[in-house]
Amino acid sequence: MEILVCAKRVPDTSENEIQLVATGNDIERDELVYSINEADNYAVEEALQIVARVGGNVTVATVGGEEDEEILRREMAMGANRGALITDDAFNGSDGRGIATILKAFVQQGHYDLILTGVQAEDGGAQIGGMLAALLDYPFASLVNSIEVLDGGKLKVSREIEGGNKEMNEIDLPCVLSIQTGINEPRYVGMRGIRQVASVPIPTFAASDLGIGVNTIGEAAAKVKRLNYFIPASGRGAEILRGTREQNIDQVLQLVAAKGGLR
Amino acid sequence: MPRIFCSIVHNAGVPDDSAFELAAAARKIDPASSPTAILTGWGANLDAACNALGAFYPETWKIANQALAYPNAELVRQALLRVLPGNSIVLVAHEHFGIDLAPGLSIKLNSAFVSDVLDVVGVEGASLNLVRQEFGGQVSAHVLCDITAGAVVTIRPGAFKAGQPAQADRLVVDKSNETGTLTARRRYLETVAPEAGDVDITKHNILVSIGRGIQEKDNVVIAQELADALGAAVSCSRPVVDAKWMEKSRQVGSSGKTVKPKVYLACGISGAFQHLAGIKGSPFLIAINKNPKAPIFQVADVGIVDDILEFLPALTEKVRELQHVA
Amino acid sequence: MLLVRVEDMGDIQSAAQISSWLATGRVLFLTIHLLGVAGFAYIVARRLRPLFRGERDFRFDRPWLRLAKVLKFWLGQWKHPRYKLAGTLHIFIFAGFILLAIRAFTVLIVGVSENFVMPGFSGRVGPLYGAVTDYAATIVFVCMVIAVIRRLVFRPARYAVPARYGKGHPADAIFLLSLIAVLMLADSLFAAVRAAAQLHSGQPVEVLAALSLPWMMQKVLVSNSVAGLGRLYFGAYLVHELTFYFLLCYRPFGIQFHVETSLFNIYFAKLDREILKPVRWGVDDEHLDQVKSFGVKTFEDFTWKHMLDFYSCADCGRCSDNCPANAVGRPLSPRFLTIKARDYSFQHYPVLGRAIDGIALIGNQASRSIYSEDEIWSCTTCGACEQECPLLLEYIDKIVDLRRGMVDDGKVPQSLQKPLKALESRGNPYGKMEKKKGDWANTKEFQATCQVQTLGKGKRADTLYFVDSITSYDDRMQAIGRATARILNHVGESFGILGGAEKDSGHEARRFGEETLFLALRDHNVAAIQACGARRIVTADPHAYNALKHDYKNVPPVEHISQVIAREVKTGRIKFRPLDDVSRVHTYHDPCYLGRHNQIYDAPRDVLDAIPGLRRVEMTRSGDRSFCCGGGGLMLFYEPKEECRMGVTRVQMAAKAGADVIVTACPFCMVNIEDGIKVAGLEGKMTAIDLTELVDQQIARACPDSKAARPEETKQWEMASSDKVG
Repeated sequence: MEILVCAKRVPDTSENEIQLVATGNDIERDELVYSINEADNYAVEEALQIVARVGGNVTVATVGGEEDEEILRREMAMGANRGALITDDAFNGSDGRGIATILKAFVQQGHYDLILTGVQAEDGGAQIGGMLAALLDYPFASLVNSIEVLDGGKLKVSREIEGGNKEMNEIDLPCVLSIQTGINEPRYVGMRGIRQVASVPIPTFAASDLGIGVNTIGEAAAKVKRLNYFIPASGRGAEILRGTREQNIDQVLQLVAAKGGLR
Repeated sequence: MPRIFCSIVHNAGVPDDSAFELAAAARKIDPASSPTAILTGWGANLDAACNALGAFYPETWKIANQALAYPNAELVRQALLRVLPGNSIVLVAHEHFGIDLAPGLSIKLNSAFVSDVLDVVGVEGASLNLVRQEFGGQVSAHVLCDITAGAVVTIRPGAFKAGQPAQADRLVVDKSNETGTLTARRRYLETVAPEAGDVDITKHNILVSIGRGIQEKDNVVIAQELADALGAAVSCSRPVVDAKWMEKSRQVGSSGKTVKPKVYLACGISGAFQHLAGIKGSPFLIAINKNPKAPIFQVADVGIVDDILEFLPALTEKVRELQHVA
Repeated sequence: MLLVRVEDMGDIQSAAQISSWLATGRVLFLTIHLLGVAGFAYIVARRLRPLFRGERDFRFDRPWLRLAKVLKFWLGQWKHPRYKLAGTLHIFIFAGFILLAIRAFTVLIVGVSENFVMPGFSGRVGPLYGAVTDYAATIVFVCMVIAVIRRLVFRPARYAVPARYGKGHPADAIFLLSLIAVLMLADSLFAAVRAAAQLHSGQPVEVLAALSLPWMMQKVLVSNSVAGLGRLYFGAYLVHELTFYFLLCYRPFGIQFHVETSLFNIYFAKLDREILKPVRWGVDDEHLDQVKSFGVKTFEDFTWKHMLDFYSCADCGRCSDNCPANAVGRPLSPRFLTIKARDYSFQHYPVLGRAIDGIALIGNQASRSIYSEDEIWSCTTCGACEQECPLLLEYIDKIVDLRRGMVDDGKVPQSLQKPLKALESRGNPYGKMEKKKGDWANTKEFQATCQVQTLGKGKRADTLYFVDSITSYDDRMQAIGRATARILNHVGESFGILGGAEKDSGHEARRFGEETLFLALRDHNVAAIQACGARRIVTADPHAYNALKHDYKNVPPVEHISQVIAREVKTGRIKFRPLDDVSRVHTYHDPCYLGRHNQIYDAPRDVLDAIPGLRRVEMTRSGDRSFCCGGGGLMLFYEPKEECRMGVTRVQMAAKAGADVIVTACPFCMVNIEDGIKVAGLEGKMTAIDLTELVDQQIARACPDSKAARPEETKQWEMASSDKVG
């Protein structure tokens, strides 16, 4: 099976403290560490496990610039056969639909049975998978937490819905799935693995390579733009107890009893 | 101003709470008009759900089709596309069905798409100014959405308070005949429930809920001891289940259980909205977290900045003391 | 009995006739000799086969040092007395075997060449040797009886084989012990019959050592007829020869192979214990990219010496008996790491049959794999196993190599992936920002008492205080950093820290198999250390100490803070004021990487004993038998399957020793012990304090209000004291 995983490089929330620049247009990016979006990493691991079972290849692609290449290398070190950097100045400022349009063109110049993305990016809108599927006219399922390959070009997937329930679906290939974290246990990739793929060439694709009309992408075509970042005023928020630990405990117990708590 | 439709999720004849929140969001977008509810489904359950919406939606569009008996987003999207007028604004709740439906719908409608919206600032020219969050809730952003060709917007559950019901005309319009045949290359098979755990957290009045701050599986016992002393149950957030420190049946959140306790102790929980989405009925929320900037303090009633690994045992000790005296 | 005096005899028999009793069997005996020797040679050659397929290992250097070790550990049985009864037994058995070697050899030859006498053993040496070996054989026999009874009746726990490791072979052990007893009996009988026959013939009798086995037998036999003696002589010889060769050929099939391999195993033993095995011998760090596969994934990836280790294990169980992971129920038992590998090699490189190679050693679906991933991740590298092993088997290198293999294949538990990733991107396993690394020294209260400068950019100092990650970033452990800084200040040391330029020492990254990450951290730190111009390094973190001392090259000499304090106590620059609460009983917990790995046992104790009013007791397991707290660095992130926490077990040991304060000198020990106190339910009854905190608290300072200058730490300590129940 030919599988494409669409990935994104994002600031790692657990290893960064997100702060705003003075003007509020963006977050402070100087000291951020970046990595592949966590859900996308799970998607790559899932793709690798599928081809280990049924054969095939895994391609990892991202829309971005030179600095985004590192995530492709990392996923190739993990075992992906091919990386693809889709890059062009004309792509800057694209909204979700724009990115999906770019990816659609990339998909159409290749031949893929299955396209995976992570459910959501740290700074994203949980949109790319669904949009890409609609643009390609492929069936789509989101929040996928298990994949079984069936005969006859079909998959059996489960979706994570409320209450811990799993919604079982059968879906025809080719299709797009957005993958939820926790679907598997991704294998480890260290510096050595990345060094070993350091000199493998990663092809780049520009708008002209993919036949994308520039009026469909980029800032001009974007219907959604981020105006600024801000930290909301605290509003009501919690009443923070400021006593000693013992005083806080006493107060907590009083409140719990008052609100219908203690036996 | 485009017409606003709210796509309503319902179960067993009862609309989801989000239905009324969507109405509130719609009114904030366009205070001058009322949104139209739009539902798909089949049979008596669909009818009951439509009727229940009357207090908030003067007009409800009903799409009944046997294929839609179970809400399959691929089929629902087809149905909506055939029924919705062009350039509409469609509001959907940002939960598992909305995530499935909305992005593709926006493409087919050729409209803008914004997800997980917390607040509406207002219409500015041909655009809508909306508020959403990024980076796990660490920052908020204002987003401008061009609504010339309409928009599909998913709304965070609980972000908008359902307004007052209005005594208005209640009109249910049957649009079932406009859908035509519905086919999709994705078929619903069945829903598999998780294995029943020994404890049903939805039945408890007090929940001691733990998050990543519990740090390791061996520390879960600290929460259990407090719960035992209080006559409560231990629940948790998603990261605790992912790390396999507790069973899935203990998870509170959008992909876990929905709970309605009287008192909710959020211990070492950051306050991600997916977790908060599982807490209904406005319990008294006490948050204990080492990080004074944790988003949970925004939504808690009372907050304590302390290390749960030290606070909880001390709290347990005090509870036991009081019980011995009593 | 060796000396055969050929004298003319008058009577019924003559000495020559005695030896002629064997003459009829000469062909038989010769055949047995040839078969036995050939068989043994063939078996040993087959056993050596996998060693030729194993990785290279450089063990042929420093022959004099190696010989010295052979004298100490092989001949001197240096480690054996650590277990008194078994050790004494073994020393006797070993001494007996050594002494009996020449006697056995002579006896074997006598069957073929009846007048054979070992060169140099005619004259007075012979009878003396004969008497000594009479006793030796007797003692060996007695030891065999004791050993068999021990195994059958008393069954020491460390010999037991838990079900998950397979079946034990107790019958086999008893069988072999019995055979050795038989050998001694046969040898003694042979000597006894000869002496009895000489009596009969009226010849001068070989004097048998009084009360020895041969002596006793001879007393019984003297009444036998000559013909009977003749038959017994032949029979005893045959039994001796057969048993000897049977044992010789059977030993390479079990743990008794150590009889042959121990000499070599100890000769080739690792000389530089603290230097971890490189990824591949002969490949230096710069050329590691050329190595296709890191670590041990199949049996053939082990070095030949490691394979020899597997052969040499005597299955004594001392390693597992002292392994803390084993004690708390983790799936790790060092003894079985070795025995499983040995059984694997016997199975896949059989003496008869084809070799099968290339099977993965680790897998969770343990179809043909012998180790589980958890088993290998469970090790804290504390070194207790290596400390005990009488055959100097190496364990840590093997575990690290197995981990290297898993890391290379991406098989790292999720719980470890996050801190490893954080080490890569942020230089510390917590993912905290580099620029905050020095923040521990910048709190207002602390700065009032002590200024800590960050070296670099014009700021220089003689001494670099290498803080490392946990002390820099962990709220609780920062107190150790501050205490250390104040101590250095007090003794007038000119020092500074690297601050954000310091990355994690990488000590655990390396021991968890992430060699590449370790090298990156090391290279960064070495550059920063060299750039700062310090001439020596001090650290309060034993893991950092070990890394800087052994894993790092081209850095200034490093000391642990306990050594600095001990020295300054002697010079008088540190004087202590008496303890406020003299009712408390302290015990010192030896951190693995300060004590066992670096032999720093006395300095911390000297410091404690210099504090007036401090009562100190020793735990049973202290010094080089210290019980690991649970491990540090990345081990704090790993979630093992265990029945009990090591820290809890250690705290209970302290309580048993009668202590209510545990003093340690390692931040990771502090984490595990404080945690252990909580989990063991001893909060309020037991406290833990770091050596630096205690010293900082007790230093007699010129300023009387210096105590008030450390409110947060003092409060913690005092709060803990006041929580004491009763």
